[in-house]
Amino acid sequence: MTPLFNDLVNGIWKENPIFRLVLGMCSTLAITTQAKNAIGMGLAVTFVLVCSNLLISALRNIIPDKVRLACFIVVVATFVTIVDLVMAGFFFELHKAMGIFIPLIVVNCIILGRAEAFASKNPILNSLMDGVGMGIGYTLALLTVGCIRELLGNGSIFGLSLLGPRYIPFLLAILPPGAFIALGLLLGLMNKVNKKFAF
Amino acid sequence: MRDILELVVVLSIICIAAAFSLAKVYDITKEPIALQKRLARLQTVNAVLPAHDNEPDQNAVRVPLDTPDGKKGTSKAKNNEVLVYKGMQGGQLTGVAFEMTETGYGGEIGIMIGLDPDGVIRGVEITSMSETPGLGAKVTEPAFKQQFQGKSLEGVRFQVKKDGGDFDQVSGATVSPRAVVKAVREGLEFYQKHKEAIIQ
Repeated sequence: MTPLFNDLVNGIWKENPIFRLVLGMCSTLAITTQAKNAIGMGLAVTFVLVCSNLLISALRNIIPDKVRLACFIVVVATFVTIVDLVMAGFFFELHKAMGIFIPLIVVNCIILGRAEAFASKNPILNSLMDGVGMGIGYTLALLTVGCIRELLGNGSIFGLSLLGPRYIPFLLAILPPGAFIALGLLLGLMNKVNKKFAF
Repeated sequence: MRDILELVVVLSIICIAAAFSLAKVYDITKEPIALQKRLARLQTVNAVLPAHDNEPDQNAVRVPLDTPDGKKGTSKAKNNEVLVYKGMQGGQLTGVAFEMTETGYGGEIGIMIGLDPDGVIRGVEITSMSETPGLGAKVTEPAFKQQFQGKSLEGVRFQVKKDGGDFDQVSGATVSPRAVVKAVREGLEFYQKHKEAIIQ
């Protein structure tokens, strides 16, 4: 495996932002009531992550150390605002469903964390791979939580009814406590799997 | 000194570049966003109005809101005015639609009410709400909304069954349906009071 490939898969399993780094919990818990929202949020975060990683990596030798955080935040906020405006203009329904959580991507620790820990120290191509990998990892994690909660709480996945009309929805799953319970169980499961197979 | 100058220059350049790119994106997305907002509004207005061939937001009138108990209008009614959309067919008024708000369980509920000119309900849509998913949020389901169809102030008790009225509440939630029923009743009373001004 080449290092580039390593940077890509790193975020998907070994350093999955949700299950291993446990970053960006706010949006994870809040918007995973439906699989559709999870995909939308995942793509939005991936876009911001890839763009900010690229730009910050390109500017890493120009940005003075003392103001790096201020520079990172300006870059991240710019991309988030772009996503917010584009979604409002072209994916109105999705934008409405996510509400405040799109602007809140600015303070998502995954993005600033990757900028600080990876993009500011690595070449452009590696940073791009890291951004893509982390984005995919984040999206997959959100999708897992979203599918479980939607299936239990609404009997459907992506709005498609799977459990039939006689299924009585387990409401707790789509209420806020359900997010904590689902995420906690998944984290435990991930730890168990990791221990067993020693990835 | 040189140090500080470098910090200032780099940060300024990054901020200026950010400002320019944002201005550009804002410019590109301004019209699509305005269009989407208008379409979303028109969609709910069209859903509650009887057949019409005009664009209701081009035939809208502003009517001052004064609720029966003298309290000021809710936050959504800007300047205590209600924007009444008129549906026309061949120049003839076929119905009106307007939005009322009422406090539910999880905040304000916005309700778009469609009436025919005689004040009979033709449709009710929830425009905004943050009720509990699976419980209070069931007021957005057709089964609940359809009960209002064809009802008017005459001979109908605008209360939920639990309070001795004619409307089914939603299982597990009373506050949200109560708020919707109240808002619809107030909407009907509002129309009755200002009918002349709206129809002219």
